[in-house]
Amino acid sequence: MSILIDESTRLCVSGITGREGTFHSLRNRDYGTQVVAGVTPGKGGQDVAGIPVFDTFHEAVADTGANTAMIFVPPRFAADSILEAEDAGIELIVAITEGIPAHDELRVYNALKNHGRARLIGPNCPGILSPGKANVGIIPAAFFKQGNVGVVSRSGTLTYQIGNVLAQQGFGNSTIVGIGGDPVPGSDFIDILGLFQEDPETELIVMCGEIGGDAEERAAEYVAEHVTKPVVAYIAGFTAPPGKTMGHAGAIVSGSKGTAAAKAEALEARGVRVGRTPTQVAEVAVSLLGAAA
Amino acid sequence: MDLLEYQGKQLFARHGVPVPAGKPARSVDEAVAAADEIGYPCVVKAQVQIGGRGKAGGIKVAQNQDEARQHADAILGMDIRGLTVHELWIEGASEIDAEYYASVIFDRSAKAPLVMLSTKGGMDIEQVAEEGPDAIARLHVDPLVGFQDFHGRRLAFEAGVDGDVVRPVGAMLAKLYDVFIAEDTTLVEVNPMIITPERQVKALDAKVTLDDNAMYRHPDNAELRDLSAEDPQERMAKERGLTYVKLDGDIGILGNGAGLVMSTLDVVAQAGGRPANFLDAGGGSKAEAITSAVEVILSNDKVKAVLFNIFGGITRGDEVAKGLIEAFAQVKPTVPFVVRLDGTNDEEGRRLLADANLPNVVTESTMDGAAAKVVELAAA
Repeated sequence: MSILIDESTRLCVSGITGREGTFHSLRNRDYGTQVVAGVTPGKGGQDVAGIPVFDTFHEAVADTGANTAMIFVPPRFAADSILEAEDAGIELIVAITEGIPAHDELRVYNALKNHGRARLIGPNCPGILSPGKANVGIIPAAFFKQGNVGVVSRSGTLTYQIGNVLAQQGFGNSTIVGIGGDPVPGSDFIDILGLFQEDPETELIVMCGEIGGDAEERAAEYVAEHVTKPVVAYIAGFTAPPGKTMGHAGAIVSGSKGTAAAKAEALEARGVRVGRTPTQVAEVAVSLLGAAA
Repeated sequence: MDLLEYQGKQLFARHGVPVPAGKPARSVDEAVAAADEIGYPCVVKAQVQIGGRGKAGGIKVAQNQDEARQHADAILGMDIRGLTVHELWIEGASEIDAEYYASVIFDRSAKAPLVMLSTKGGMDIEQVAEEGPDAIARLHVDPLVGFQDFHGRRLAFEAGVDGDVVRPVGAMLAKLYDVFIAEDTTLVEVNPMIITPERQVKALDAKVTLDDNAMYRHPDNAELRDLSAEDPQERMAKERGLTYVKLDGDIGILGNGAGLVMSTLDVVAQAGGRPANFLDAGGGSKAEAITSAVEVILSNDKVKAVLFNIFGGITRGDEVAKGLIEAFAQVKPTVPFVVRLDGTNDEEGRRLLADANLPNVVTESTMDGAAAKVVELAAA
């Protein structure tokens, strides 16, 4: 088992004809993901290395049975593309695009929530990887193997770093989910923690947070009430000064809110172990699960 | 991006939010000319983004031209809690019956705009909030529905504004919400929002934060600048398309991906070092971007050692190595570098570095080891 994506994933890529879109679509296909369609308005009828391109999501879904979308279009077209995918009946939308205006994200989030049909991962995220099954996004799959640790993270490269130290300890992953570094992610830690809790393959959950907002604090509450599996957390940004955006649009300490220390404290108060370095996260994982290899 | 008070007020005026008439000035002569035009009494206000301007002597009332000149001369160049005043805003003095507080905030938690109103304006709103939950009326607005008249009435009644201004205050909140949406802001705050003796509502201050990601929709706003807040290194990095935040330590940091860079700063601090900057070279960085980043890091002369921490996904280790080699050829750094390269094409990158045999470059295989090494070198 895994969560969100697996062998049954049928992926349609919005922006497949762009340079990055083509590159990553083909990488995802090489990994074994069923990439069944692409959407680029005006380029319907063409193909990208054998993947058919459609003008609209509706045509793509009707023709190929796509059930998952990956959004690779530039920021100014991204909200529209997400809403189109949802309107066409896509159930899982993974938005890689970075730099979408905050108000667009707010509208999209609330529209999707009201309709209750589709789940959005991202935007500004590296995507999802279920090792050995499917890869949707830009996570370098070669560093990860199948296993029993579920990872949910606001950051891409930090996930690779933590995944790597876990791999060095012999751990593999059920699924790795990048929820993204923006102020309004489509899915939050608690959404993904709930899925990992239900997933029989996942025995330990690693959550990787950072400064800004209160998603980690809310996750701490959720873990205390709903998660029986062990959770190990890491929080980046202890040294971040207030009022400065640290790369991710969502990574900012506003006044006294959103500090790494407050997040670590909230998690520890709810019984979640917090590693102070990526290496410590792996050590805690070993202490909880025993050496995996 | 945070706007200065006068930039916020000019934005307000475009959306029909009543503000006192005023003009910006960058010199004493400009300030006096502005004051003459506006008429006396007028207020000379320092334009820096920090609270407590009044207490610091950055806001003064001028009754005549001599006073306007005196105040402008005293305030321009003044240091207010670390920020130098480069600009003034001269505006007509307002008569005040009551001071309220109003704001529209992008509430990440609730995923909706939050509108707040209080009759206790003119003071620090966080202090007002401590007085109890009733001191501030709050309401979330469904972003798909927008601000309705009833929202304004509810807030006005709940906050307990004077009965005769319930309608104008509600109308003011609707206009502030317009600004919030139309200008793609994440914060619109007015403190104080005043009631004049004629019972009119006016914004006496303006605090506005614009969403950088939405600037393409607002080319006029993209031109706005705050000279007092701009750091030369940060400006240089921005021009080169790099994400750079200056910090106050002496260890230069370069990494790929915001989360990994933040984590690198933390690990360096835990090893006893003090980072000089945050620099995210981004995903898929090519050699030129790396060279350019090295120049930005070294333009801060406090830097005593530099740490490269790269875990390549899209970013390729060989490109990072080529960029560093090129940077050494161009910039000829005199400080030591510690390089940790992992991920895509890491072996090739390490081989390129070994072959180049750069002076003062040490490679480390782990993040923890690299952090310890750079701290040791910076202290040497």
